[in-house]
Amino acid sequence: MEQKLTQATAQALAPETEGLEQTRPRRVYRPLADIYETDSGIVLSLEMPGVPADGVEVTLEKRVLTIRGRAGVKRPETYRQIYAEYGEGDYERSFTLSADIDAERINAVCRHGVLTLELPKAEEAKPRQINVRAA
Amino acid sequence: MAFASTWHPDFDPFSDVRRLHNQIDRLLGRQASTAAGAFPAVNLWAGPDSIAVTAELPGVAPDDVEVSVREDVLTIRGSRAAATISEPVGWHRRERSHGHFQRLVQLPFRVAPDRVEARVTNGVLAVELHRPEQDKPRRIEIKS
Repeated sequence: MEQKLTQATAQALAPETEGLEQTRPRRVYRPLADIYETDSGIVLSLEMPGVPADGVEVTLEKRVLTIRGRAGVKRPETYRQIYAEYGEGDYERSFTLSADIDAERINAVCRHGVLTLELPKAEEAKPRQINVRAA
Repeated sequence: MAFASTWHPDFDPFSDVRRLHNQIDRLLGRQASTAAGAFPAVNLWAGPDSIAVTAELPGVAPDDVEVSVREDVLTIRGSRAAATISEPVGWHRRERSHGHFQRLVQLPFRVAPDRVEARVTNGVLAVELHRPEQDKPRRIEIKS
């Protein structure tokens, strides 16, 4: 009896303790990324094949940038899978940014299944030359 | 990827193992480990007298993909352009690859080359191929 109760409680708590629970029975993959930094900002490109532009969600909270992509997979009903090398699903990945970003000027473009994000550095975060005077 | 000569659409003893292996790779953020890291990774779908091949081609424009078919072999080739960066930069991650690719996919049957449809949507290539009319199994009427 006691054991049963414990199991039931564990099951009920599991989704919450694991954080986000998916409402769709989909796998979530980590998209491959290229990230580089220039003087003016950071550019990210993430591979999310199957994700349309309106399926992308980008959030920036403090310094944590989170990218989510929902693949718009339409599967013809007359077909059944006979061989698989890749799985279909959604994408999610988070990054902690090293510099302060001007959230207002983030530019995002999704083309051919690749999301490109341009994150301009905030004015105060840009390196500034300090003139040193001789006393 | 190779199909045995006794290929039957309902029998592939290793498909589950292979799928699991790929899914583990993908969940760990590694690129799908196909035969020799072959790109692009493909999925095959069987329909009534037709077969569909889907492949992930992120970052490839539809004009940069060439699809051809001969007998029962589908060839996908093209190139992935590298990002053009003019400024000096510092790289934080370089996980994506680029350059030319070619992949030959053995199909379970001969296909009609004039009935091939290919399209690229959001970086996913989908090719639909049909069995030629004369190769379709025919029902034989039995006379009494």
